[in-house]
Amino acid sequence: MSRKIVVGFDGSEASHRALDFATTRAKAQGDSIVIAHVLEWSPYSFLTPNELEERHKRRQEELTRAETAILAPVTAKVEAAGVPVSTVLKYGHIAETLVQIAKDEDAALIMIGRMGHSGLSSRIFGSVAGTLAQVAPVPVTIVP
Amino acid sequence: MTFRAMHMLAAAFGMTLLGAAPALAQGIDAVFDQYFGYATGWFVNIIFYTFNIFGYDFPWIVGWLVAGAMVFTIYFGFVQFKMVPHAIALVKGDYSDPNDAGEVSHFQALATALSGTVGLGNIAGVAVAVGVGGPGATFWMILAGLLGMASKFTECTLGVKYRNEYDDGTVSGGPMYYMTKGFAERGLPGGKFLGVMFAIFCILGSWGGGNMFQSNQAHAQLSNVIGDYPGWITGVIFAGIVFLVIIGGLKSIASVTEKVVPFMGILYVGTALIIILMNFNMIGTAFGQIISGAFTESGIVGGAIGALIQGFRRAAFSNEAGVGSAAIAHSAVRTKEPITEGFVSLLEPFIDTVVICTMTALVIVITGQLVTDPATGMFVLDEAGEAIKTLDGSSGVALTSAAFSSTFSWFRYVLVVAVVLFAFSTMISWSYYGLKAWTYLFGEGQTKEIIYKLLFCFFVFLGATIQLGSVLDFSDAAIFAMAVVNIIALYFLMPIVKVELSSYVSRLRSGEIRKFA
Repeated sequence: MSRKIVVGFDGSEASHRALDFATTRAKAQGDSIVIAHVLEWSPYSFLTPNELEERHKRRQEELTRAETAILAPVTAKVEAAGVPVSTVLKYGHIAETLVQIAKDEDAALIMIGRMGHSGLSSRIFGSVAGTLAQVAPVPVTIVP
Repeated sequence: MTFRAMHMLAAAFGMTLLGAAPALAQGIDAVFDQYFGYATGWFVNIIFYTFNIFGYDFPWIVGWLVAGAMVFTIYFGFVQFKMVPHAIALVKGDYSDPNDAGEVSHFQALATALSGTVGLGNIAGVAVAVGVGGPGATFWMILAGLLGMASKFTECTLGVKYRNEYDDGTVSGGPMYYMTKGFAERGLPGGKFLGVMFAIFCILGSWGGGNMFQSNQAHAQLSNVIGDYPGWITGVIFAGIVFLVIIGGLKSIASVTEKVVPFMGILYVGTALIIILMNFNMIGTAFGQIISGAFTESGIVGGAIGALIQGFRRAAFSNEAGVGSAAIAHSAVRTKEPITEGFVSLLEPFIDTVVICTMTALVIVITGQLVTDPATGMFVLDEAGEAIKTLDGSSGVALTSAAFSSTFSWFRYVLVVAVVLFAFSTMISWSYYGLKAWTYLFGEGQTKEIIYKLLFCFFVFLGATIQLGSVLDFSDAAIFAMAVVNIIALYFLMPIVKVELSSYVSRLRSGEIRKFA
């Protein structure tokens, strides 16, 4: 039976490794891939009046840019490898949104690349991989 | 960082220029003040025209604002008390569609509107109210804040409902748009006329209370802490920074301010609470003074009516309910139901006036800054016979500073940062409100917008340069003139809000409007 693998993809080196890894697996096992790109966003941030006015416009621009510059090239690549692929583009907290996407898509696996952040910033803010490991509803594969 | 840089700049300027011509610098201040008074006096007189009621002078504008707030409160069935839990749920995002993530949230619209209203009115304005009107002014201020929630609800619902959405995805909203479009929709004449009047007053208000008053009081607090120096120095520096942001497009300064201001607000309220708790044995006395001063003679000018006038006047100036400015800020929110933003905006006068302003008043009263006569228990007036004598003779922002410093001597330095930041964020917000009014009148276009922005910078400079008296009067007058026009429009358009309200509430009850899981 075909399963879905959600791959968290942000265009970075690490996320490319994760996607390559997922593609190989999916091809071998007959699975499909959902490439998920999450734009970091909090509804509780503070904006200036000008930013409020332009927000809707900026959002459209950000979505278009993510679609064409980040998702489109790799989607073509996965398709070329003969693996069924779809994409999801969302705003939100990265780890939480990936979990939500996995639930919505009824996915069997989440795969992400390891960013290799260590030290202070991840100690304070936590890392995506660390959060996923704790809250994900499905197995998570972290590709180094 | 900003403050330290300004401090250094001020010191540098002080050494090079002041040493050379101190007399000249002080002279410029006085001359500006005099001519400014001549130029704006007639306008101030119309807005603050007083009626004699029971032997007391009562400004008609104060009655106008409170009457409006009471009409909206009754007409909408005390919406400001009934819908608060729902407003909080909306701000938390319980009713927001997750697919709209990345759009302006209720929280963001509220936070931005708040950083425009939480300004020196909360720190300096309240000190003026309590200094002139006594502790009793606090009672009336809270009452005016609670009533004002209904005015804010009405104007912000209309602001979202009648905003303009352009093809490029940007939005413009505010009273001038609901006046034009709302009146046309109801088949009423005069919408365009009201819109134009409102826009003119909004531009004046953006130069007055949203600008000159802010730089004026920021200078007062700066010179209070780092020593007296001429206002034009602060004026030049402030105008320079505002220039960089609104004309130079230096967005980072505005974004940083926008992020720091909420934390300064929390720090301010937190410190006030600690001071109140540290003086807990005085809490009973303070509340006694507030209640008795609200209804009985306490030695202040004008008695209980004087307290009422001061309280109402400062509340209106601080939370801007009925003024129409918030309708501009709130109109960018992403929602299918305009009324949801009305509910959210209810919280604004509550946070601004009932919480933050009250904290300032309580700290001033509880730390015993106002001098009473031990024999009679009545307040003692200062030499001019206009305000209550304070321990160190200070008024305005300096009085707030003295009250906080009496418990935490370091707080004056925190306060100077808070004052500068609040002043700055309020100026940025008002430069936006004024610009919206300006483009409504003159159309959009780079040159037109730059003219407005340059004038705005000039008034920042002017505000810090001239004395408190004429600035404060003009600031209030310009902002209250907006309320005159806005509340007329609200009376004509409130049936539209009523329809929205009943429809929304019935759908909420029937479960058609639900929380997203």
